[in-house]
Amino acid sequence: MATIEELQNTASQVRRDIVRMVTAAQSGHPGGSLSSTDIMTALYFEVMNQDPKTWTRDGKNQDVFIISAGHMTPVYYSVLARAGYFPVSELATFRKFGTRLQGHPSIRKGLPGITQASGSLGQGLSAAAGIAAGKKLDKDNNFVYVLCGDGESEEGQIWEAGMFAVYHKLDNLIAITDWNGQQIDGTVESVAGEGDLELKWKAFGWNTIVADGHDFESILSAFKAAKANKGTGRPTMILFKTEMGHGVDFMAGTCKWHGKAPSEEQCVEAMKQLKETLGDF
Amino acid sequence: MKKYTDTGKKDTRSGFGAGLYEAGKADERVVALTADLKGSLKMNAFADEFPERFFQCGIAEANMAGAAAGLAITGKIPFIGSFAEFVTGRIYDQIRQEISYGKTNVKIASSHAGITLGEDGATHQTMEDIALMRALPDMVVINPCDYNQTKAATIAAAKYDGPVYLRFGRPSVPNFTEEGKPFEIGKADVLNEGKDVTIIATGHMVWEALQAAEALEAEGICAEVINIATIKPLDEKAIIASAIKTKAVVVAEEHNMAGGLGELVAGVLASSVPTPMEFINGKDLFGQTGTPSELLKAYGLDAKNIADAAKKVLARK
Repeated sequence: MATIEELQNTASQVRRDIVRMVTAAQSGHPGGSLSSTDIMTALYFEVMNQDPKTWTRDGKNQDVFIISAGHMTPVYYSVLARAGYFPVSELATFRKFGTRLQGHPSIRKGLPGITQASGSLGQGLSAAAGIAAGKKLDKDNNFVYVLCGDGESEEGQIWEAGMFAVYHKLDNLIAITDWNGQQIDGTVESVAGEGDLELKWKAFGWNTIVADGHDFESILSAFKAAKANKGTGRPTMILFKTEMGHGVDFMAGTCKWHGKAPSEEQCVEAMKQLKETLGDF
Repeated sequence: MKKYTDTGKKDTRSGFGAGLYEAGKADERVVALTADLKGSLKMNAFADEFPERFFQCGIAEANMAGAAAGLAITGKIPFIGSFAEFVTGRIYDQIRQEISYGKTNVKIASSHAGITLGEDGATHQTMEDIALMRALPDMVVINPCDYNQTKAATIAAAKYDGPVYLRFGRPSVPNFTEEGKPFEIGKADVLNEGKDVTIIATGHMVWEALQAAEALEAEGICAEVINIATIKPLDEKAIIASAIKTKAVVVAEEHNMAGGLGELVAGVLASSVPTPMEFINGKDLFGQTGTPSELLKAYGLDAKNIADAAKKVLARK
C-alpha cells in the first residue's frame, strides 16, 4: 500500500517527466496529461491489480487499463515506465522516429502495458466495455478501467458505449472522465455546451461519482466506491474535477497548453515548481 | 465446358448464418454482435443456441466495432454483423483504429452488399466497400459467390487469426459450388479452364460469368473462368498464369470501378504481364430502387454484358 505522501511524490516526478518529454520532443500534449496525473498515479501505484512482470495484452487475471483520450501519452508513458513496464530512460525517445513511444499509443511497437491503440477520440470506452464483457464470459473478476476526456465526450460513440455498458450490465467497468473543462478551441462549455455531465451519466443509468481529481484521499475513496458497486449490474463513471496543466502555474487552467510544447526556458521554470523525487530520466 | 448446376437458389447471407452457427459450435471463443439486424444477418440460430455469446448492440455500429475489438483483446473471436454500408463507410475510422491498426481478431460480416440489395435504393446499396476495406493494412477481404462458399468462408474466417472483411448479399442466387468444400483464404478457384479469354469474377458475378462462358462457347470462344473470393490477399499467381495463357482479361464485380477488383487485377497485370482488359462493374454511379434483376440489367452487371466485354477484349489482343 502506498501512502498519500508516496503517491504525491510519484505524481510530482510524473509531472516532471511530462514537461521534460514534451519539451524534448517539441510536440505533445502536456495540458490533459498534467490534469490526469494524480488519477493515473493512483491507478498504477495503488488502485489497479496489474503487474508489469506478468502483464499481457489479453489482460487475463489482471485489471485492464485503456486510455481513450490517446493524446495523453506523456502521463501514460511516464506512469508505465515509473511502474516498471519499460526502462525510465526510454521516456527520452518520446515521439522520436523509431520509438516504441509513439505520439499516440500503438500496439504495433511492442511497448509493454499498451492494450489498445487510441488517438481518434471517443472509441476507448467501447473497447473497454468489450473487454469487460469478455471478462464476464471468462468469469474473470478483475476490473476494466478507462480514461476519457470531457471534451472527448462530445463524440457520439461515448454515449453509444454508455448505453451498451448498462444494457449488458458491465459492473466490472470503471470509466473515468478527466473533467478539466478545457479542449483545443476553448472551454468545453464554450465550444460545444457541455451541459450537466453528471446528470447525463446518471440519466444513462451509470453509477456516477463526482470527486476531486487532485486530492489523493478523494481519488482513492472514489475508486473504492466504484469497486464496491460491483454486483449492482451498473457500470461506474467517476467524474474527476481537475485543472488542465495542474502543477505548473503558467500552464494551469487554460486550453492554451492542450497540445503545445514549452520552450527550454519554460521547462526550467516548470522544474522549479515540481520536486524531483525519483530521479529524472 | 465444365457444367455447373444450380442446386436451388439461396441467399449468401444464410450461408453466413449457417457458417456462424457451425463456427460457434466448434469453438466457444466465437461471439457475435449485431446492430439491430440479427434476423437480416441470419444470426438467429447462433443467438438462440449461444445467448451468452451474442451481443445485441442496438443501432450503434461504432460502439459495436469497438466492443468487438475489446472482446477480441480478451481472446474471443467476434463477428460483427450489419448491412455493408453500416459496417464499412459509417464506421471506417473505428475499423481502422480498433480493428486494423489495433490488430484485433474481429470479423466484419457485411450483408446486403452491392446493388442487388434492391428496393431500398442507393442509401443502402454499397458499391464502394471493397475499396474501403482493401485500403486497410492487414485486412483480409473475402467476397464469396454463393451459399455454400459463404458458409465455408465464414468457418475459415473464424479459424484465421486476424481481421477479416466478409461480404455477402441479400437476394437468393444460384447455389452451385461444392457443398462442404473447405475455403482456403487467398486461393483463386479456376471454375473453367479456357484458352481464348479469362473472365475473373467475384461474388454474385461468378454465376453470371459462368453463364457468359456458356454463351461464348456456343460461339466457339473458350473462356477461362476464375472465381476470386479472396480479394485481399489476392492470388496474383493464378491471375498472371491465366493472363499469360489467354492474353485477354475481363473482370466482373458488383462494385464500382474505384478501388474494386478490376483496378486491383489491372495493377497486378500492368506490373507483370500487361494485358488488354475490359471491366464490368458499377462504374462511378449510385444505385436506385428496383428489383435485383432489373438493377443488374440496368447497370450492365449480367452475363450478356460479360460476354460482350469478352468479345471486345478478344478483338484487342
